[in-house]
Parts: sequence; structure tokens; C-alpha cells
Amino acid sequence: MSDRGTVIMALDRCKGCGLCVPVCRPGALAMTDERNAKGYVLPQLLDGCTGCRACAEVCPDFVFEVYRFETTP
Amino acid sequence: MTHADPTMRKVADFAPALFQSTEHHLCSGCGHPVAWRLLIEVLEELQLVDRSIGVVGHGCYTQIITTADVEFLQCLHGRAPAVATGMKRMLPDRAIYTLQGDGDMVSEGLAEVLHAAARGESITCLMLDNGVFGDTGGQMTAATTVGQRTKTSLDGRSEQEHGYPIPVADIVASFPGAAYVARGAVDKPNAIARTRRYLREAFASQLAGEGFSLVEILTMCPTGWAVPTDQGAQYQRDQVESTFGLGELRPRSTT
Amino acid sequence: MTLVLREGYDAIAAAAVDAGCRFFAGYPMLPFTGLLDAFARELPRNDGVWIQADTEIEGANMALGAAATGARAATGSTGQGIALMQETIAEAALNELPLVVFNMARGQQDYFQTTRGGGWGDYRTIALAPASVVEAAEHTRLAFELADRWLTPVILYGDHMIGFTQTTVEAAPDHRGATEPDKPWALDGSTGGTGASKVVWTWRQGKHNTPGPGPNRHWQHVADKYDQIATTEARHAGRHLDDAEHVVVSFGTTGAFVDYVVDELRREGHRIGTFRPVTLWPFPSVTLGDLARSAPCRQVLVHELNAGQMIDDVRIAVNGAVPVHAIGGVSQDESGMRQGELLDVDTIRERILAATEGARR
Repeated sequence: MSDRGTVIMALDRCKGCGLCVPVCRPGALAMTDERNAKGYVLPQLLDGCTGCRACAEVCPDFVFEVYRFETTP
Repeated sequence: MTHADPTMRKVADFAPALFQSTEHHLCSGCGHPVAWRLLIEVLEELQLVDRSIGVVGHGCYTQIITTADVEFLQCLHGRAPAVATGMKRMLPDRAIYTLQGDGDMVSEGLAEVLHAAARGESITCLMLDNGVFGDTGGQMTAATTVGQRTKTSLDGRSEQEHGYPIPVADIVASFPGAAYVARGAVDKPNAIARTRRYLREAFASQLAGEGFSLVEILTMCPTGWAVPTDQGAQYQRDQVESTFGLGELRPRSTT
Repeated sequence: MTLVLREGYDAIAAAAVDAGCRFFAGYPMLPFTGLLDAFARELPRNDGVWIQADTEIEGANMALGAAATGARAATGSTGQGIALMQETIAEAALNELPLVVFNMARGQQDYFQTTRGGGWGDYRTIALAPASVVEAAEHTRLAFELADRWLTPVILYGDHMIGFTQTTVEAAPDHRGATEPDKPWALDGSTGGTGASKVVWTWRQGKHNTPGPGPNRHWQHVADKYDQIATTEARHAGRHLDDAEHVVVSFGTTGAFVDYVVDELRREGHRIGTFRPVTLWPFPSVTLGDLARSAPCRQVLVHELNAGQMIDDVRIAVNGAVPVHAIGGVSQDESGMRQGELLDVDTIRERILAATEGARR
């Protein structure tokens, strides 16, 4: 099944709070061991994004730009 | 994805265009920036960007005044409702609001907010409530809930030792001069959506000349609460929301 | 010119409205309450806003908020209530907001409060000390002008006597706001979204895209401004000073009593003069210093109804040129609300003579 949406993440300003992970209903976000220049752990996007914007809503650091696909690729 | 594809439709920007910077110095997991964003979104939606002035108290949230491209006056701790009163009386057709923390409003500024609400002053007071004085390191405030951990209540606020929190929104909701009072939160998307609506209602109430409005927004402070950042939202639900109910405490009158 | 009989409170409120004052907020306290009442009568019928605030601190902050929108705004109290407003006055000074503060004092014990201030930071407050109802009305207009000209709080040090005295004053001609300058710094919301939205903030860090000077440079600028005010706005009144061997310094309504006594002593041949600072800050130090250093002057006497407050500024001005002696003292009446027995021409006369005859020997 193809994703209905996707996100662009500005990970340089992510502070690794992890608040995005539990609000993503499809479970398309998970924290990794990767760190940005500030030393914070970063999330990664997995399959299943629906473009629902939950991550962008809860993120305190404006990390997410959210897109929906007009037609499923 | 590393670039935009023409078949994609953007449904959420990184941040409102009115933010001159998307970087801020607030802690990881802080709820304040989400509340900032909701405020700016609502001002844009209601076309108040060039017709509003925010009176901002002292706290971590004060940084909004260097970032958001709207007019602000940074005032003394606790005094925002009084300053906003003077402004609104001189500029009755502008949207005048305060932005304060719980330390600012409930500790230092209790007299100011209660008196403004009692007068039915046509201002909108916004309280970002995380139950701590974040900017000074996370001490307890007059709104800290029983059992809540802060720097000066490391074992949790104790009724015997520290007394009880003051529920300003509930008190003000009982005043005849209050036209709209609500308490929201920013811990999860549906709470955020409701809080956005509460802000809209509060400003609409002010513009309709109905009286005093207040929106309290529960925000997370994992630093002050000494919890891991990814547990801040749950700690807020368990510890703060369990004491202070969410919702419209005084809806706008329909008559 | 039409003259009317007015109580000091009414004269001040009428003068304020005439000067364009559109906002007043205060809290009752004797002997300020009469001024609160007078503004309650004058402002609403002249398109102004009057609020009885629930605390002095709220009243002062309401006036600060009104002033930030560019309106001529004022607050007031008595010294004991002005004490509560100190933080707000400092905030107005460091924000460079024009705010007029009326102290209808119980006496002369508020000199330090008025001139040193109890707020934080490197700020001063212009302070005017009228000696009569007529001068109080003039100073009221001047206070709003100076506040707007220099973007600073201005305190008018009135008192119980000015408030309650009825005298003839010029009925205020209607040139409301005629001298108000443009206020490009005032907030009205309209610069929101332009990329250059305004912020009123004592730290002046500005916005991300339009940074400000920051607290250090801003506070240096404010301090420099007060230095400028000090060199240009000092005012005083003096009588019989050309050949005075003894100069009696006093301020406020006490000055009227001292003038009366010294006029009498002059007619009897004593070479005594009076010097009355009209601005308590900036204190007219240069003029007083020059006077003390001039050939005839042998002594400066200070008559104030307190334990010695203005005398500090007199000593700084005189700078050791001649001896300086206090001939006043703490003097309130038994209610504590107004000046006491030392405010009496016979007593003042005795003290001046004792000090001047002593010097002659």
C-alpha cells in the first residue's frame, strides 16, 4: 500500500523531544540513534504516513512540513 | 524525500510566516512554542495581525516578542491585565491581549487578572500554565497542582506544606464580567485543535464587545518537572489535567 | 483672561485636561483623593477615560499602557502610595514612555522618594514642586510637555495644602493638546506583519530581523538622555539674591511661607534671599553653586519639613563654598496627614534670625 502523505523534516533544529512519535497514528515516526549538530537524537519517517499533520501540530520546534499526495503514486 | 514533488500538496508549513525565525531557546519538549503558534495562527485567521497588541509578561514565553512580527509591549511581572486595560481604553477597536505564564498571572498578578475580569474589561488574557516558574529554574507557583514535582517541591506539592493551587480560570468563569473562559492544552492533536478554537472564540468575544475573556493553555515543562521529554505530555495529563478540567468553563452567551 | 475660583485639585485636573490628558487611573488615599475625584469630574466630560483602579500598582500600570498608545496619561497618589508605584515608574523611564505622576503629598518627607526613586536601574524622574495652586496648574501643563519632549515620567510634587486651597486661577483656555508632538514610537497594532513591527521593551533587543540596541546600549542611551535633561531643564525661583549674605533654600508650599518671612526681613534691612528649586530633579545645582560662590553669600540655610533630604542636594551644589545648615525638621500635624507646626511664619522667622545672627558673630 502506498503512503498518502509525507513530511520534510528540518532536523537541524529538532531537539529530540520525541513528542511526534506517539501522536503518529500510523506509527510512521520512530526515534533513531542519529544526532544532529546540537547533539539531539532525531526521528525518522517510516512507511505509512497519511499526511494527517499530527506531528506538525505537536512539534515545539517547527521541524515538520507536511504533504499529501494528490494521487497515490 | 529531500525535495518537493509536483504531485504533493502541502498541508502544513513549518511555521507561520509571521515568525521571523523558527529557532528558539526554549527547552526540548516545551509546550510554549505550540501555544505561540496557535496564537499567531488565530491572529492571522481573524485578520488581527495589524490590529492587535500583545502585552507580554515575564517568562520563557517572552521570547515570542523577538520572533513574531506583531506589536508587543513587554510589561512588569503580573501587571499585564492592567497595562492591557489602559491600552484597550485608548484603542477600543484593536484586539488587546495578554500573554502570561501561571507564575506571572496566578502568583504575582492575581489581583490584576481578577480585577480586570470583575470589571468586565474587554481584553483577552492568555495564561500558559505549566505549573512552574520556568525562566527562573522551575520553582513552584500558585497554580502548581498537588503532587506536581517542581524545583521547590521535589517530592511533589504537598497540601500540608504548600497548600493548594489557585484555579484562576474557574474563579474568573464565575464572574459576571467574564464573557468567555476556557482551558485547553497542547499535548496532543485533538487538544491542540480545541485550543485553537478556544482562542478564536476568545478574540471573537472581545471584538464583539462582550466583556472579559481568558484562555488558559496547559503546556509541558519537562525540564521543570524533571521528566524525560517524551513523557512530558503524559505527565501533564496525569498530574495537571487531572486537577484542572479542560473545556469551555464559560461559553459565550448565545442570547 | 477669565479668572475663576478653584480648589487646587480642580485647577490641576482642569489644567491636565487642557493639556490634552485623556487618561487617568488612581486609587484613593488622602490627600490625593481630591485629585482622583477632580479627574473623575473632568475627564469623562472631556472625552477622556477615568478609572478608579483597585490598587495603586494597577492604576500606574493602566496609565503606562495608555501612555504606550501615545495618549497623554497620568496617575497619582500620596507618597505612601507612590511608594507602591516605584517599579512602574522605573519601567516607564526605561521604556522611555511619557507618564505624569501626581504626588499629592502629606508633607515634605517624599523628597528622597521623588528625586532618587525606588525603582531599578539608571533612571531619573523629572520632578516639579509648585509652591501654589497657580503654579501647580502651570506645572501640570509643563509636566505633560516635558514628559512628551523627553519620553520620561514626570512627577508633580503637590501636597495637602495645594489640594485644598481655593484661589483664583485663569480659566483654562481650550487649546487641548496643542503642544503634543508626533509619537512615532506609539503602539496601535498597525505595524504588525510589516516586517518592522514595534516592541516596547526595557531590554530593546528588537525583533529577529530588526535587532535593537540591546539592554546595555539602551540603558546607556537612557542615562545619557537624563544627563542632557539635567543640563537643560533645571528651574528655580529666587528672591532678593543680588546681595544676599544668607540664602534660605526651600521647596514646594514651604517656599511660599519662607518667601513671606524673607520679604519681611528684607524690609527690616536683613540681607537675606530665598532660593527655591522648581525642579527637584534636575536640581538647579549650577545656579545654586554659582550663588554660593558669589561674593556676598556667607551661608546657605535649608528649611524643609523632614529630617534632612533636600539638604543633600544643596550640599552637593554648594560643594563646600559656604556653610550649609538645616533650619527645618520633621513636622507633621497630629493626624500625620499634613504639615505641622514648623510651617508657621513666626517660627520660620525665629529660626532664620537665629541662624543669621549666629553667623554674624
